[in-house]
Amino acid sequence: MSFISKPKIRWEGQPTNALGLTLTDYEGGLSTLCAGCGHDSITAALVRAFWELALQPEQVIKLSGIGCSSKTPAYFLSGAHGFNSVHGRMPSVATGAQAARRDLIAVGISGDGDSLSIGFGQFAHAVRRNLNVLYIIENNGVYGLTKGQFSASADPGSRAKKGFENKNQAIDPVATAITLGGSFAARSFSGDKKQLVPLIKAGLRHPGCAVIDVISPCVTFNDHEGSTKSYAWTRSHLSAAIEADYIESQAEIAVDYAEGEVTDVALHDGATIRLKKVDKEYDTSCRAHALEFLEAARARQEVVTGLLYLNKDLPSFHQIAGTAEQPLTKFAYEDLNPGADALRELQKSLR
Amino acid sequence: MTIFRPRINDFVLKIATVNGTGSASANGLLMKALFRMGIPVTGKNLFPSNIQGLPTWYEIRASKDGYNARVERVDVMVAMNAQTYAKDLAEVGHGGFLIYDSTWPRDAQLSRDGVTVLGIPLAKLVNENFEGSRVRTLMKNIAYVGALCALMEIDLDIVKGLLEETFAAKPKLVEPNFKAVKLGYEFARAQFDCPLPVRCEKMDGTTGKILIEGNAAAALGCLYAGATVGAWYPITPSTSLMDAFEGFCRTFRRDPETGENRYCIIQAEDELAAAGMALGAGWAGARSFTPTSGPGISLMSEFIGFGYYTEIPAVFFDIQRVGPSTGMPTRTQQCDLMLAAYASHGDTRHPVLLPADPKECFEMAPVAFDLAERLQTPVFVLSDLDIGMNDWMVDQLTWDENYRPDRGKVLDDAALAEVEKFHRYFDHDGDGIPYRSLPGSDRKGSYFVRGSGHNQFGGYTEDAAEYQQVVDRLKLKWETARSLAPEAIERKARGRTDIGIIAFGSSHGATIEALDRLGEDGIELDYLRLRAFPFGDEVQRFIDSHRIVFVLEQNRDAQMRGLLMLELDADPNKLVSILHYDGLPVPTNSVTEAVAVHLRQEAVA
Repeated sequence: MSFISKPKIRWEGQPTNALGLTLTDYEGGLSTLCAGCGHDSITAALVRAFWELALQPEQVIKLSGIGCSSKTPAYFLSGAHGFNSVHGRMPSVATGAQAARRDLIAVGISGDGDSLSIGFGQFAHAVRRNLNVLYIIENNGVYGLTKGQFSASADPGSRAKKGFENKNQAIDPVATAITLGGSFAARSFSGDKKQLVPLIKAGLRHPGCAVIDVISPCVTFNDHEGSTKSYAWTRSHLSAAIEADYIESQAEIAVDYAEGEVTDVALHDGATIRLKKVDKEYDTSCRAHALEFLEAARARQEVVTGLLYLNKDLPSFHQIAGTAEQPLTKFAYEDLNPGADALRELQKSLR
Repeated sequence: MTIFRPRINDFVLKIATVNGTGSASANGLLMKALFRMGIPVTGKNLFPSNIQGLPTWYEIRASKDGYNARVERVDVMVAMNAQTYAKDLAEVGHGGFLIYDSTWPRDAQLSRDGVTVLGIPLAKLVNENFEGSRVRTLMKNIAYVGALCALMEIDLDIVKGLLEETFAAKPKLVEPNFKAVKLGYEFARAQFDCPLPVRCEKMDGTTGKILIEGNAAAALGCLYAGATVGAWYPITPSTSLMDAFEGFCRTFRRDPETGENRYCIIQAEDELAAAGMALGAGWAGARSFTPTSGPGISLMSEFIGFGYYTEIPAVFFDIQRVGPSTGMPTRTQQCDLMLAAYASHGDTRHPVLLPADPKECFEMAPVAFDLAERLQTPVFVLSDLDIGMNDWMVDQLTWDENYRPDRGKVLDDAALAEVEKFHRYFDHDGDGIPYRSLPGSDRKGSYFVRGSGHNQFGGYTEDAAEYQQVVDRLKLKWETARSLAPEAIERKARGRTDIGIIAFGSSHGATIEALDRLGEDGIELDYLRLRAFPFGDEVQRFIDSHRIVFVLEQNRDAQMRGLLMLELDADPNKLVSILHYDGLPVPTNSVTEAVAVHLRQEAVA
């Protein structure tokens, strides 16, 4: 079973957000993933981010493909409509849903198999269309549900639990998203809630396709010595490029940042994302620099995390399409049908 | 010149040219001129899968009796392509004419008993009067229109009027075009005994009619049905459907003040994505569709099965072309019937609508959207290249202002407030159709769409009984679909007969004409035209009440006959196939011959 209803436990004094909702109100069914799965930490981060942003659950649509990662939309926001599509095809369903209902906040949960192999094309095109979706890749380098095959993000040289070695090159979704003309490319680690929650919030507010690659170790098939996506390996090779925090425009959240340069970037909805550069040279607005930075880190076997590229000015899917502000499903039929007279008129040219 | 029996307003005029030489506008001009003279016409474009250089033909059938099927007889051939002279000459019927460009005389090569060859030095005439190679190429086409005006008495004033309409935005082009018409016209008048016995005469056969392609009509249908999201991947012969939809939307769905679009058209990265987009939009509450052809349906099958099992509405237009595989992209067949009916793995069945002409493409589009939303399932409209891309004369399209979309069983927030608990896949009404809620509605209506096993409440299941309950309910829904799908239409023979024929889609024209011809020979058949799958009870009754039922279809493997056998209690021995699958529209004579041969053999046996 991948869906077990979870009893909602409430208690006096539970903190509420601006809507008067508690964290519990943003939870979903009980996870049926393996205990300790990184994906469950991401789910918890999502719950917190939605709660902190005080979004109405029913304003959200959550979509996924197939795989362990794609089960997780059942585990958060039970008040939102969810769509567990077919393998690798979450982006197309999100595109259609966004076409119809641009007012809804779309969150797509995918995995490395789902987005970098079977769904690589759809991932690429959602990015280049700059579809307004928070696109999370729960990346563990391995196929969990089919018991431990390498995925396309597995690093060359890493070893499977059964001992064989991956000799193919790894696809880096962050570098890929940047080269595809993506507008928001970030990486985080499932165990780093302090970084992940603000990134998710920033992604949810981003007016375009926000790709967050979350390294999420598979406790069952990819958490052994020889795996480059294990907890131990990732923690010891983590290199935070940037810390990001989402800040409500109306009420600034006090944050305790490390020393370094601070850049505020205003988002289209008036909210602000604050970037903290660990590396003074780092500039999130430069594609070439981001790619070079990623490449250099890869050579050092470091996992760069943080917001690596951001361009808030790239036109989004609906801007390009020129779609009406009002969601298409909200137009009355009378506003869509030209009527009998128009039909008669246009047929004059067909005679 | 041999004298033959005159053929007035009853002929086939075929023009053989080279792709990319601009002959389409000249051929369109001819079609419309005949139409404006009041003569019923049909145009069939037999074109290569190529942009420039390969042979292409345009076949115009004028029929004072209003028949629109292809006939395998050419009365006047305009042979503009030296590559195909031999083939073109061979197609001309006894007593017919072949016109060719005699700038390079080929009289010896182009000689055949019973065919009159008329050489017109089109290139020479045009070269002497026009400058520039592009203009000369185009004007050569216009010049053969002029020659045909003289030879076949096509009204010159009408041709001039059409040129004026065509070039309304560039009036300077009217004069040179008409000059080219006159060049051909005057040469023919001076050199030949005009008119030919094959010729036109004004009549009143096109009042209340229009000329339209099926894809444009289907696009209009989507517009009028209130479709707002269209996703597609370019593929011949369906591309013009989305092109037309976009054109209509620019005119009728763009806010005049803000310039905002009340539609969203997405060119997808492939057909898999196009299907996912259509379903995503359908799930979110929009009327959404995707136009494609057979190869696209193969790719979309994954999502079609998903849509069936998760019960999401979307409309799939399949403009069929010749398969298998890439096949012949610019030729026509009815070869996706089985594919559409049962697309995707597992037990799946989909409603399929079968329009017979562009008018039905228009009318069936709203029906398809209504069915998709009423039944909460993917619905196919199975057109084909012949219907979709050829010019058909049909009755003027009309729109019923009282039409309102049937959105099916959707619970809005008010309705959700009334229910104790929302269960997505629960059959409240006993018709197999559950209630759905749309994304963005009240939290009470939230549910998780999943293609994996689910129970009637929408929860994941691997429980044997729970799984089966849902698929059995889907089967019950299929029974409901049988009562909602458009009924087959019967055309009774003049007298009582125990012989029937079943046909559908673009075979309709050939069937009607064949039945008339057979009737003249004393062979009477009742005719049932299928308009949808699943079949209604009338189809079973028709088969039961006839001794022999011919099943005419445009594929090799008798897919419709197979469907009838699978879905009905039909005796295979009485279902006699007539199959046409060479990629060209089915000609009338192949139907009459097949029926006559079978009945003759039966009489002997």
